[in-house]
Amino acid sequence: MGHTDSELSMSPPERITRVADCVWEIAPSWRPGMRVPIRVYASRELVDVMDAAVFQQAANVARLPGIVGASIVMPDAHWGYGFPIGGVAAMDPASGVISPGGIGFDINCGMRLAITNLTFEEARPRLRELVDALADRVPAGVGCAGSVSLGESEFGDVLRDGARWAVRRGYGTAEDLRRTEEGGCFSGADPAAVSHRAIQRGRDQIGTLGSGNHYLEIQVARPEHIVDLEIAAALGIDRPNQIAVMFHCGSRGFGHQVASDALQTFLPAMTATYGLEVPDRELACAPFASPEGQRYFAAMQCAANMSFANRQVILHRIREAFSAVFRREPDDLGLRMVYDVAHNTAKLETHVVDGVPRQLLVHRKGATRAFSPGMADLPPEYARVGQPVIIGGSMETGSYLLAGLPGSAAAFGSTAHGSGRTMSRAQAKKRFHGRELQRSMEGRGIYVRTASYAGLAEEAGGAYKDIDAVVAATEQAGLSRRVARLTPIGNVKG
Amino acid sequence: MPFEFVEDAVTSDVTFHAWGGSLDELFAAAVDATAATMVDDLGTVRPRLQRAVTVEANALDLLLLRLLEEAIFLKDTERLLLRAARVRVESEAPPLRAHATLAGEPIDRTRHALLADVKAVTLHGLTVERRDDAWRASVTLDV
Repeated sequence: MGHTDSELSMSPPERITRVADCVWEIAPSWRPGMRVPIRVYASRELVDVMDAAVFQQAANVARLPGIVGASIVMPDAHWGYGFPIGGVAAMDPASGVISPGGIGFDINCGMRLAITNLTFEEARPRLRELVDALADRVPAGVGCAGSVSLGESEFGDVLRDGARWAVRRGYGTAEDLRRTEEGGCFSGADPAAVSHRAIQRGRDQIGTLGSGNHYLEIQVARPEHIVDLEIAAALGIDRPNQIAVMFHCGSRGFGHQVASDALQTFLPAMTATYGLEVPDRELACAPFASPEGQRYFAAMQCAANMSFANRQVILHRIREAFSAVFRREPDDLGLRMVYDVAHNTAKLETHVVDGVPRQLLVHRKGATRAFSPGMADLPPEYARVGQPVIIGGSMETGSYLLAGLPGSAAAFGSTAHGSGRTMSRAQAKKRFHGRELQRSMEGRGIYVRTASYAGLAEEAGGAYKDIDAVVAATEQAGLSRRVARLTPIGNVKG
Repeated sequence: MPFEFVEDAVTSDVTFHAWGGSLDELFAAAVDATAATMVDDLGTVRPRLQRAVTVEANALDLLLLRLLEEAIFLKDTERLLLRAARVRVESEAPPLRAHATLAGEPIDRTRHALLADVKAVTLHGLTVERRDDAWRASVTLDV
């Protein structure tokens, strides 16, 4: 079975204390072995509807060796494998652990947002044609293969160089790279740390969306939904009813295999070699400084790079599709990237702890980096406004563009990642019917193409938390500010 | 079918229970349940080709995990939907082994009503146990 009824019940622990607007803490005395408190960023209402398993899982994370500051829970958090989805944990690299459960099976699952100079009025007559053209060029669904099939040697280049490989191959621009977290390449990737099985699973999946909650969406930035005009303009959203393209996907079978391989290595080594005990096998971990930890870190960065390359190739296909449908060059359509940000990673970053800058291994699982204005690693054009943060909502309700705020420093430069499921896939499939949902969405002006009608039903808006409440909580907590809400009008669903 | 999907076990993924009179039957049922996570009607998967796989582990639950991972691997690398034709589990002494003949065909979107792509077999609540005269397993797949 999954978890027990009591874990699925929705009530926060009695010991939770409000420390500031939308910031809560649970002291380490709550559960045996907690080394740090749990800090929850959420409104009262969102805390009240979080599954109780989130708090238990955050307490398990708080027990991990080397954890610094707090075991952090984001407003969209829900139960995950080992760590909650919507969890952040920073580890001391010398004394702490790395855990695949703190990153997720879909390594560097992330969001990319691009804009155009088209308006809704210009795009509307071609919407159906456009969504069909995108669906034709960006394969989605079970076992989908991409149009770029690589030999193992060139796939090694992808793993080492990430989106830079894609740009070298002509799938994008230097600006795309500048506007990708880490420039689209994690520098510590080592293909020698990756299993042959992982390479076999991934090498023809570049340029594919996958399935589940992965999607590619055409969106409109309606004037009434621009929250901060100045920042929106700085990020390229500068005209009424501007068309944007957002997509959500990750490292496909390659990353899944890297994560599965690591669990198999860590499980026996964890106890026998390192004497680590964890309450849940999905929390399998190894000391970051150990050979096993370093090997996984190097392999995990390969998966992160495969994912950046995947999203870069998909952006190229999007440019091709727009170009074919509107019979204009991508540059002429103003098809430029706003940003690409990961939400399943572990990275070495420098953060100030108790007034002292420290290098930390920051696990973000279902959490987005949200660097504030002036921090390193931001493209110069965004230095003044902060890092763009892309939060995917459900396919019916809309998504958000945010920007990092200084308050995110207390969460190791992080914020939420999405709206978070509240209803299981099985429940959603019972409640919603794929074809009816497609028709009803079309009636509301959202044209959907899907690889699976059952999969479509599982992603119904009613299965998700209220994204407006999630992003408002991140703003009130000082993690990230709202820039614009983006409304879906076309969707390719995996 | 000697398996059932469990509602509301995990919010964002798929949990199934499988059973059989022997470990061989149980493992075969779990392979079918994994295929049924990806395609709506197993009857549409024709046994046009076969793949023989052997996996090893030190515990029964991990042995089952490895076998299901093989099916997922073949789905990604050869785009095959596979059911279990024959499974033989050697469980007398470690290392435990499962020898399986998987049978199926390449994914065909015109005939297969596809559901969710399986990313991984998780360790969450993973169990293989004997209850009375039957073997039962609980498996959660990341989709």
